[in-house]
Amino acid sequence: MRRVVLIAIPYLWLLALFLVPFAIVLKIALSDAAIARPPYIPQFDWASGIWAFLAQLDFENFVWLTEDDLYWKAYLSSLKIAAVSTAFTLLLGYPMAYGLARAPEEWRPTLIMLVILPFWTSFLIRVYAWMGILSNEGLLNQFLMTLGLIDSPFVILNTNTAVYIGIVYTYLPFMILPIYAALERLDGALIEAAEDLGCSRLQAFWLVTIPLSRAGIIAGCFLVFIPTLGEFVIPSLLGGSDTLMIGKVLWEEFFSNRDWPVASAVAVVLLLILIVPIVLFQRNQQKQQEAEQ
Amino acid sequence: MTVPVFEPWNDPEAKPLIQFQNVTKRFGVFTAIDDLSLDIYEREFFALLGPSGCGKTTMMRMLAGFETPTEGKIYLSSQDIAPVPPNKRLVNMMFQSYALFPHLSVWENIAFGLKRENRPKHDIAERVDEMLRLTRLEKFARRKPHQISGGQRQRVALARSLAKAPKLLLLDEPLGALDKKLRQDTQFELMDIQEKTGTTFVIVTHDQEEAMTVASRVAVMDNGKLVQVATPDRIYENPNSLYVADFIGDVNIIDGTASPSGQDQYSLAWKDGLAPLNVSSTQSFSEGQSCHLAIRPEKVTISAEEPTGADNAVPGRVLDIAYLGNISTYHVELPSGAVIKAQTANTRRIARRAFTWEDPVWLSWTATAGVLLAD
Repeated sequence: MRRVVLIAIPYLWLLALFLVPFAIVLKIALSDAAIARPPYIPQFDWASGIWAFLAQLDFENFVWLTEDDLYWKAYLSSLKIAAVSTAFTLLLGYPMAYGLARAPEEWRPTLIMLVILPFWTSFLIRVYAWMGILSNEGLLNQFLMTLGLIDSPFVILNTNTAVYIGIVYTYLPFMILPIYAALERLDGALIEAAEDLGCSRLQAFWLVTIPLSRAGIIAGCFLVFIPTLGEFVIPSLLGGSDTLMIGKVLWEEFFSNRDWPVASAVAVVLLLILIVPIVLFQRNQQKQQEAEQ
Repeated sequence: MTVPVFEPWNDPEAKPLIQFQNVTKRFGVFTAIDDLSLDIYEREFFALLGPSGCGKTTMMRMLAGFETPTEGKIYLSSQDIAPVPPNKRLVNMMFQSYALFPHLSVWENIAFGLKRENRPKHDIAERVDEMLRLTRLEKFARRKPHQISGGQRQRVALARSLAKAPKLLLLDEPLGALDKKLRQDTQFELMDIQEKTGTTFVIVTHDQEEAMTVASRVAVMDNGKLVQVATPDRIYENPNSLYVADFIGDVNIIDGTASPSGQDQYSLAWKDGLAPLNVSSTQSFSEGQSCHLAIRPEKVTISAEEPTGADNAVPGRVLDIAYLGNISTYHVELPSGAVIKAQTANTRRIARRAFTWEDPVWLSWTATAGVLLAD
């Protein structure tokens, strides 16, 4: 009996917080838009029965997603922005994680605190702060112009560059922490052994440090890539009108067009796209756990 | 057929492979190695022995290139190695933790150093297979380090460090992680491999039995200095100081004052009311110089009757018996309260043992059995 309860809890959790909402969204995606409240039909009606209700559902909205090129372009653009941001976050995060792991032991808690500290303020406020830094009259341009390095301000805000900066800034800790965890466990004698066997410092890094922190790199990349793909706040606040991301399209379908069925269809497809990296991520975590045993 | 004796350290013509010349190493204010000079010869199996913190690991890390001497020079084949980085030295090291690469198979671990030399693939494969055969690991070539036992890992580490055929192999507490039985087998295996490959081995250990078993010469270290460098039998039989006598094996130390009583003969006054002891020593002591007699328990004979014609004989009472199977150690209390240990081989079954607790006994030893040491 206790075992049944123990197993039931996570499944109930999954059912209540994932499967039920997903079923609702899927049902809306299969409905038609209507000027009504809620803005879609059909509504379930006890009188006509379940079969009449199901008969009215169709895949019209999914077909529509393939007909208008806005959607697949937005998906592709999101994938590109997420991939490029992940690469930049890795390039920036790896040296930071390496520095953390190599820092004197008594310094590490403080340094890790500094990495986590931004989470103590609201995400929204931090993105607004970046608007203040990146705008034409912002801190960055004023600073560069006072120094006389540039005559006219750089246009950064409302471009894709600003989106990249925002994403890399926001998701950097998610990259640093898993890589740090992997590097911290690395036995220093392994690097010495590699050098002893004829590796230069760089070769030892490439042949020993990188492979042994691979699990951390993969975990960090997924932790950045997965939420970035559906990111809405950063592109809508820092990006321009030509910044195309699926999260923004989704928001507009819901709130500007009030087309809940199409918006739901967009969300369902986004989820399907995300399943691939999520499954890969899970497999990576599992493999790592097995290797540690 | 006579086998030529291997002792290049006694040959003034022999050129040492490694020379430490007045090497000092400081870490901040701590002096790890203190003005130390040492020669190690080719094909030697050299042991650095000492308690933890005596500087033996620092010596090894300086040879490997992970530390540089603060003062003094280290020569390898007459070449100053201070400016040579670890990856350019013809020296390989077997790490205490083995430091096997966990993401590589046994085969790839052994091939790791060879691949850095850009040798042709065929050569690498041949050399790795040779190493696998030498260490009897052929069956495990494809396994990862975490899939093999501790003893096998130790052999992989050895194979990996020998693969590049270094001029000098450093072994940092190589058998520390193995249990006693496996350690003893592996010691002989190490000696065998050292002989087969003709490589010079320098081993760091805190286990004196291990050092005595494997090494051609042992250096006993304390506080960054060499106390004695000699063959295992000389270290054991002729320790040059109280420290070495006490560090190596079991020993009775008798304090007293010496007075010359003939050619290389001394009489040692040690306790009031007891006859002075007769000791021979090639080292000279002056009248009334205080000194210590170090005598190994197995050189003290225990008997029920007063022995006749012994150089030294004292009566006592059996206080304690340590039975180790092959040997027994008797702790005998003398009338003065001093306790002397005597060891006998148990050539008979225990039921027929001659002495038991509280038995009155006699201890005796010859004048040459012990070593007289100055303070």
